[in-house]
Amino acid sequence: MMAQLDLPPIIEVSNLRVAFETDGGPVVGVKDVSFSIRPGETLCVVGESGSGKSVTSLSLMRLVEFGGGRITHGRLAFTRSNGEVIDLAQTDARTMQAIRGNEIGMIFQEPMTSLNPVFTIGRQLEDGLQKHKRLSSEAARARALELLRQVRIPEPERRLRQYPHELSGGMRQRVVIAIAMACEPRLLIADEPTTALDVTIQAEILALIDRLKRENGMAVLFITHDMAVVAQMADRVVVMHRGEVVEAGPVADIFAAPTKDYTRALLAAVPKLGEMRGKLAPERMRVIGMEPVVAISAVAAEPPAQPLLSVRHLSTRFPVRGSLLRRTVAKVHAVEDVSFSLAKGQTLSLVGESGCGKSTCGRSILRLVEAEAGEIELDGWDIRTLSVVDLRRARRDMQMVFQDPYASLNPYRRLIDQVAEPLQNFGIASGSEITDRVAALFDRVELPRNFLRRYPHELSGGQRQRVAIARALAPSPKLIVADESVSALDVSVQAQVLNLLMELQADLGISFLFISHDMAVVERVSHQVAVMYLGRVVEIGPRAAVFEDPRHPYTRSLLSAVPIADPSQRRPREDQNFRPLSSPIFPVGHSPAPSLYDEVTPGHLVLAEF
Amino acid sequence: MRRFLTPKSLIGLGIVVIMVTIAVAAPFVIPASFATRMQLAMRLQPPSAAHWFGTDQLGRDLFYRVMLGARTSLTIAGAAVGISVTFGLPLGIISGYFGGWTDIVLMRLVDTLLSFPALLLALTISAMLGPSVPNTIISIGVAFTPFLARIIRGEALRVAQMPYVEAAQATGTSGFAMIIRHVLPNVLPLVIVQGTISLAFAILAEAGLSFLGLGTQPPQSSWGLMIQTSRDFLDVAPWTALVPGAAVALTVLALNMFGDVLRDVLDPRAQR
Repeated sequence: MMAQLDLPPIIEVSNLRVAFETDGGPVVGVKDVSFSIRPGETLCVVGESGSGKSVTSLSLMRLVEFGGGRITHGRLAFTRSNGEVIDLAQTDARTMQAIRGNEIGMIFQEPMTSLNPVFTIGRQLEDGLQKHKRLSSEAARARALELLRQVRIPEPERRLRQYPHELSGGMRQRVVIAIAMACEPRLLIADEPTTALDVTIQAEILALIDRLKRENGMAVLFITHDMAVVAQMADRVVVMHRGEVVEAGPVADIFAAPTKDYTRALLAAVPKLGEMRGKLAPERMRVIGMEPVVAISAVAAEPPAQPLLSVRHLSTRFPVRGSLLRRTVAKVHAVEDVSFSLAKGQTLSLVGESGCGKSTCGRSILRLVEAEAGEIELDGWDIRTLSVVDLRRARRDMQMVFQDPYASLNPYRRLIDQVAEPLQNFGIASGSEITDRVAALFDRVELPRNFLRRYPHELSGGQRQRVAIARALAPSPKLIVADESVSALDVSVQAQVLNLLMELQADLGISFLFISHDMAVVERVSHQVAVMYLGRVVEIGPRAAVFEDPRHPYTRSLLSAVPIADPSQRRPREDQNFRPLSSPIFPVGHSPAPSLYDEVTPGHLVLAEF
Repeated sequence: MRRFLTPKSLIGLGIVVIMVTIAVAAPFVIPASFATRMQLAMRLQPPSAAHWFGTDQLGRDLFYRVMLGARTSLTIAGAAVGISVTFGLPLGIISGYFGGWTDIVLMRLVDTLLSFPALLLALTISAMLGPSVPNTIISIGVAFTPFLARIIRGEALRVAQMPYVEAAQATGTSGFAMIIRHVLPNVLPLVIVQGTISLAFAILAEAGLSFLGLGTQPPQSSWGLMIQTSRDFLDVAPWTALVPGAAVALTVLALNMFGDVLRDVLDPRAQR
């Protein structure tokens, strides 16, 4: 549905400027931002962290003041329901209260933290209705029910009496949307509404927002960092960078013919699902300013080398303890009969949605958690039977890079000490040799040597992740488990870190177990892919086989849910409903059926009977 | 470093330095007899030129008593908190980091001790050991240990679950090295804050013990003892309570400010 271009815009922002007071004087967060949104139109504001996109949306709600910001310049012309045009930048607090949640609705990123855990869903929905629309409690309840139906929540009557923790993440975000929609706002602001969600739930939520927009003729301001989501949702796009608008225009133009370098770089860094079709080997990410795409020679297609890591029938279960005596009352079957092997110098990706057991699988292999059954063989080490002493020795060969570069470095230790730690632990180097080795590692991950004596907080997220990679590289491991190692990074930084990993693989012959939820990244970097669902590998095989000929219904639904960073390949806009995950908790002693596979083509296995 | 030279830090540091100086130097400068000389004619005199802070119920000069009391009070408080940190810190870290049965056993022990009010516990220990300054230190130190161990255990539990601990584990760090390199530095800020607050409570605990005849023994003076003995004269001579009370309040305030600054100085994130 096209936006109603003949209608006057609902919101017209001109020359918005927001400043923040800091110890070092005022800092401009947003500078001269202008845009407008018409009824039935979606404007996507896209940018990396620190680009000022959220500050812009918070300014429209005048919530930016609660974060220490101040609108110092600009006009935010908003057309109210009664036709009156007001400047939100000049509106008094009382009027703002009447507008917030009433004429402007907002959807936040974290569905868990944006709902109050101590009130029922019904209470939170009815609150705004009673305040803004002055509905009686019966009328509010009826409207709340209608809203839950509108966002397609099953069993809405029961949900009204439930608390947020009783609902799944996707369901909670639907409730947040229902609250935002409660008073039929003229403008809906969605600030990264799907970033915290799994890709299937994201597809559902995006389709829902799109449908509600069309049905109600709202203007939608959609804030995101994800170009793929932009391509799927936007009518028009504003690209922001360091508080300024870099480029603005219709979505097709921005994607087809970006005029600014920054936009081009941003688009280039985004991997597109399906663009590896027909290619044999992983490929570097495109980073603008670097040489064009070349297949890395050593990573090129080669006959399957001898396996470095082989995992057979691995199961990891966590006890659920109850009662006073902490008896085990049930077990979470996090990893269930998983088998795969990983060749030297190759990358096997474990991909799946949150809670599928992919991280636990990686941790079990390093014995950071103890598996319950199965065999893990790494280059001659039988990992599961190793004694504490031998395990420490074996850890030289297997290292890990974690997801959150902020939390995986100790804030109280200098970087040099943290990278030197494995060298000391394994007795690889001592004295001044340590400094030399760490300096060489910093060179290897392209960090300046003057960072050696710094502390983690002085570095950006991407730089910290390089430190974490240097630490993992220090003992010259044969296997690195990368657990969502690039998920927390901005796309351009993500591309650089992925390239670094691929270069390291080419130069040093390291094998990667790459754990990720991002199908497009996985397609780009893997030789082999294993799709996990409810603790099991449901499909495993060479990358091309899994991505180009997915056989398992779950793999297919996962692939169909991934947004593609190309506005000409939009997903169907009708509501989507994926099968919700069933519980992995089973009573003690429950022994599930073994994983049996059908071999579709050599090496391409699909879990039978699902 | 310049960042930390704020008015708050300078005032805190200044008062702490003055208090410590008084505690150390007063007995050398002021003859003990000044504080113990009783002038019954001068009982409960308000502050004047002759007696700056007034006199107590026995006609002793409160200025000299508060100066000389500083050493007793600060020594007892400092040493007692030292004892509770010495025992509480390893106890809390071991319990929180290793978890499992170690944690269950240690924490049930701590819970048992915590179920008694700290002062009652100190009183019992003090009564068993007999009244003297060293015994007062021991009894307050032991009584404060479970409290500190409990708080440190919670923090160690949090730190043990941080990804950087798991990351260190993956690089082959274990046991003692893990505690020294990763757990201890991240628990320390809490120890500093909690330690400075405990100093204040220790000063008051000493007062309580002295009141019951188990802490500082007269004629030696301590702030706590002075506050407790002033109780009967509050309506006629409020300064007898206000003078030592102000000394305690000022010290506690300064220690808290000092503790905050110390925590920031040790935090690399606060440095520019």
